[in-house]
Amino acid sequence: MHGLAFDIAHLLSGGLVLISLMLLYQVRLYSLINVFAAHAVVLGLAVAWQAFVQSAPHLYVTALIALLFKGVVIPVVLYRMVQRLGIHRQIETVVGVGLTMLCGIGLVALSIMVMLPITEAADVLTREDLAFALSVVLLGLLLMVSRRNAVGQVVGFMSLENGLILAAAGAKGMPLVVEISVAFSVLIALIVIGIFLFRIRERFDTVDVHVLDGFRGEQP
Amino acid sequence: MTLPLYVIGMLFAVAVAAVPFCRWRGAASVVYGACLAACAAALTAALPVLTAPAGEASRVLPLGIPWIEAHLRLDLLAAFFLVVVNLGGAAASLYAIGYGRHERAPQRVLPFFPAFLAAMNLVVLADDAFTFLFAWELMSLTSWALVMSHHRSAGTARAGYIYLVMAGFGTLCLLLAFGVLAGAQGGYAFAAMRAEHLTAWQQTVVLLLVLLGAGSKAGIVPLHVWLPLAHPAAPSHVSALMSGVMTKVAIYGLIRIVFQLAGPPAWWWSALVLVIGATTAVLGVLYALMQHDLKRLLAYHTVENIGIIFIGLGLALAFETAGMAAGAALALTAALFHVLNHSLFKSLLFFGSGTVLVATGERDMERLGGLIHRMPVTATTFLIGCAAISALPPLNGFVSEWLTFQAILISPNLSHWGLKFLVPAVGAALALSAALAAACFVKAFGISFLGRPRSAEALAAREVDAFSCAAMIALALLCVLAGVLPGLVVDALSGVVRELTAASLPPQSSLPWLSLIPLSPQRASYNGLILLVFLLCTSTLIAMAVRRLASHAVRRAPAWDCGFPDPNPATQYTAGSFAQPIRRVFGRSIFRVEERVEMPEPGSLAPARLHLRLHDLAWEYLFTPIARAVDEAATRLNALQFLTIRRYLALVFATLVILLAGLALWQ
Amino acid sequence: MVQGLQMLLVLAIAPLLTGFVRWVKARMLRRRGASPLQPYRDLLRLVRKEVVLAESASWLFRVAPYLVFTAIWVAAALIPTFATGLLFSWSADMIAIVALLGTARFFLALAGMDVGTSFGGLGSSREMMIASVAEPAMLMAVFTLSLLAGSTQLSAVANFMLDQSVGLRISLGLVLVALLIVSIAENARIPVDNPSTHLELTMVHEAMVLEYSGRHLAMIEAAAFLKLVLYASLIACVFAPWGMAAAGDGFFAYLVGTGVYLLKLAVAGVLLAAFETSIAKMRVFRVPEFLGAALMLGLLGTLLLFVTRSV
Repeated sequence: MHGLAFDIAHLLSGGLVLISLMLLYQVRLYSLINVFAAHAVVLGLAVAWQAFVQSAPHLYVTALIALLFKGVVIPVVLYRMVQRLGIHRQIETVVGVGLTMLCGIGLVALSIMVMLPITEAADVLTREDLAFALSVVLLGLLLMVSRRNAVGQVVGFMSLENGLILAAAGAKGMPLVVEISVAFSVLIALIVIGIFLFRIRERFDTVDVHVLDGFRGEQP
Repeated sequence: MTLPLYVIGMLFAVAVAAVPFCRWRGAASVVYGACLAACAAALTAALPVLTAPAGEASRVLPLGIPWIEAHLRLDLLAAFFLVVVNLGGAAASLYAIGYGRHERAPQRVLPFFPAFLAAMNLVVLADDAFTFLFAWELMSLTSWALVMSHHRSAGTARAGYIYLVMAGFGTLCLLLAFGVLAGAQGGYAFAAMRAEHLTAWQQTVVLLLVLLGAGSKAGIVPLHVWLPLAHPAAPSHVSALMSGVMTKVAIYGLIRIVFQLAGPPAWWWSALVLVIGATTAVLGVLYALMQHDLKRLLAYHTVENIGIIFIGLGLALAFETAGMAAGAALALTAALFHVLNHSLFKSLLFFGSGTVLVATGERDMERLGGLIHRMPVTATTFLIGCAAISALPPLNGFVSEWLTFQAILISPNLSHWGLKFLVPAVGAALALSAALAAACFVKAFGISFLGRPRSAEALAAREVDAFSCAAMIALALLCVLAGVLPGLVVDALSGVVRELTAASLPPQSSLPWLSLIPLSPQRASYNGLILLVFLLCTSTLIAMAVRRLASHAVRRAPAWDCGFPDPNPATQYTAGSFAQPIRRVFGRSIFRVEERVEMPEPGSLAPARLHLRLHDLAWEYLFTPIARAVDEAATRLNALQFLTIRRYLALVFATLVILLAGLALWQ
Repeated sequence: MVQGLQMLLVLAIAPLLTGFVRWVKARMLRRRGASPLQPYRDLLRLVRKEVVLAESASWLFRVAPYLVFTAIWVAAALIPTFATGLLFSWSADMIAIVALLGTARFFLALAGMDVGTSFGGLGSSREMMIASVAEPAMLMAVFTLSLLAGSTQLSAVANFMLDQSVGLRISLGLVLVALLIVSIAENARIPVDNPSTHLELTMVHEAMVLEYSGRHLAMIEAAAFLKLVLYASLIACVFAPWGMAAAGDGFFAYLVGTGVYLLKLAVAGVLLAAFETSIAKMRVFRVPEFLGAALMLGLLGTLLLFVTRSV
């Protein structure tokens, strides 16, 4: 593979990690959703570039799905949800932004450290792709852990899923069927979570998961 | 080799002689004068060894335990630390000729000061475990006595108690470490230990024990808690010695054991040392920033510098395990350079705080201010010390940090992945601590020396005597010299470094313009001399231009302060308010800052109050539980004091049987 | 020769750049704005005025403006602007340049505290808070660059970046963003500080220099102008090193280099003005987060270096 192709792939997947970190940095829900949309767009570009480099046309479909569903549909739905729930002014993190970012950097280091030595034999592009993908997954988990608000957790989950797609696209040869089914399952997850959110709100007047802890188990 | 021994003997003799005569009026001058002479003599003995390694020597004295004898050896490492010890010692003695006159209880200081110096010299020269431990313990005890010299002051007794406990703990750890190092044959001379080959497990135990033992003396986090209590409690020239020199002796112990006696290092040693160093550096400077007692601020800042030295040592270990001798040499040079630098500027700063104490009777910065007008020499030298310790070019603190950064920048060539990632993070911590150090010393100098006097004592301050000033000026000049001519220091260190890492930096003094090129000129170079000349020329040029072109008119007027000048000095920023933004940024997670503002009712004339509470997490989560556990155990064991004779005998008997059974099973 | 010329050049155009940024900003706000040459007139006016010195000011207060100006000028002199291969470039590398700026800040902060007013202390305290995050962020950016180029010498880095083999690297992007954030903070621009206000509780740099007047204030203003040029040239030198003349090139190459350099500065000025007009000032305690992001970016840049072709 020649230099430029690698550079662009590197830039796009690195950009995905960076946007994952930016997700951690956001405290407001609207900006969180905006950044998430950017995340999906970059993912679409990264996958499309992989499609071009590997000349694997089915990856274009994957890219398109990412772009349409995650870049447009899901953010719009989330926007509406936040609007309907009236929680757009809420600012909520469990620990400070600085500390979360620091943890995030640590996770990126960890995933590079884990991935690079064990994939010594693999192709350069695959190696760095896997390293970045693992960091995106870990950062998505971190986002889910560090948010109180259920919408934040949904975004964390979706960005985690983006990391999986990045890994699959880099790994050369994920069948289209799998990708489409994953995409639909994510969509269904969104619907289910959305319904649940409204139900939870109706029942408890909040979507703050922290508050919900009080309702666990049998109350006397 | 004979000269340092004579010096040690002379110092002990002075210590003994000082006991009966210490109440004489002139005794202080005589004792400190003798110490000055002794340290100067030791310097003349140690310096030639550094430049011409032929001067190495060893000697066996028929002292101590009969069949072991006292082994002493003056090798390059010992010579370097001898220089550090005696440079600090000489400066402290010179300073004390003036400062010591203000001592209220000379009988509590004069006998111990020379003994303290002698003990530190002896630690560095020791070549067997017994002599080393004896001298180490003597150093701890004499410094403890010096800490306790103002035993009626508030907090001193507590500081002394904690110091004694920590020193005892440290010595115990070192004792055990030497026990492991000596091996089955029990060769307690260092030469025998070098020949001994340890298993990996034994090495691990030795490393951990040494980190606990020497580390607690040097003040690594979380073993630092005694240091900011004990160092400020002593008279200022002793504080300077403890902070500037005794912590370096602890570093010496660490280097001697880890680099020479413990055998080839494993990669995780360096990771451990690096993590300790980075944590110590950042936490030390953050703690320092929160203090408003000038001497305690300096003591906490010593913790930070120990962290920087540890980072250098950790890097050296990392490069050594990766087989990069040149990198190890660079990192070790940086660490040793910082050892020298810190001994210079920390002594200088403690001297400055001592003169402030003499002139105003205050250590609390909130009651100082405006001293630059009344104490010009102290203020100027203190300013140089502050700039040097904040790593500002072209002074010496910058050079050692620059060398450390250069060592960090060759870290991608390390083979271990964990270290590859750890080292840049450590670099970020080092950069953070350097920037925070600058904030810390802007605060220290700005609040104490600048602004308007905050108390009547600060208003009435006078410049102190000539001896104290001379000591401070000498150290300030050395700071500038070491910063401007770093090549000379690096060359002097090259022998030591080669002894420890089998490589050294290329000779620097032959380079054009005395610049500093650690690896290759394409990679990095630095020239303090040119920078200084450049700065001086440019500023002269500008000053001349302004003088020619600009208006000369100067009018003195009340301060402007946006139109609301208030003559009350209480309207100035205080030490606490200066640190507030940084406290707010970093403090919440590190100190668990609790801030509460009490505002009076509208219309009420009561003052508003700000309550502020900082927590030392090491104290609360490490030491308090241990102390509680010890208390608990003591209460339980208390019952053993009231047994019958028969039961005591039974206990002894049971112990004997268990030991014998253990022995039988072991074989 | 190049060294001397360059020192004079940066000194001469420094007020122009600030004036230009102000002018573009005014235009973007649909004002007419003062002429770009206004800073020169301001400096001249300040130099001619008498100095009003506070009664509690010490010698440090009078020396500090010269020290600050010198440190920044020397630092600026070490950055290649229109030609590489400066006479003194080997005497200090990027780390030393960062530290020289630190020296200037140290003395300015002390001068702010010298008179003993509340505003001075406030400015110094906040400046040091900002610097305590900005300086490590800058150093991390320097780290990444020098790890990449294998050198901390600025001219070596510039030559390396001119080389075709650099390619697009995510680390470089991160470093660029980090450097931009740091230079905004260090030059007291919006959103960190507002250079054009007085009497506002959020001001930092202006609060520190509140007591200065006459020629002293002129020196400090000039130093601030120089600092802006310094950062612009630094970023231009690293990320847009095109058109720089090498050592020993002819007169014509130098002329082209100068023209290109002026063009780069103009572009930087327009971008800065556009950025400033499009964003609001931050709360003071949001600033460490903003700069903390720069620090993280620098660190991330260093880490991501390992995931590249060369390794």
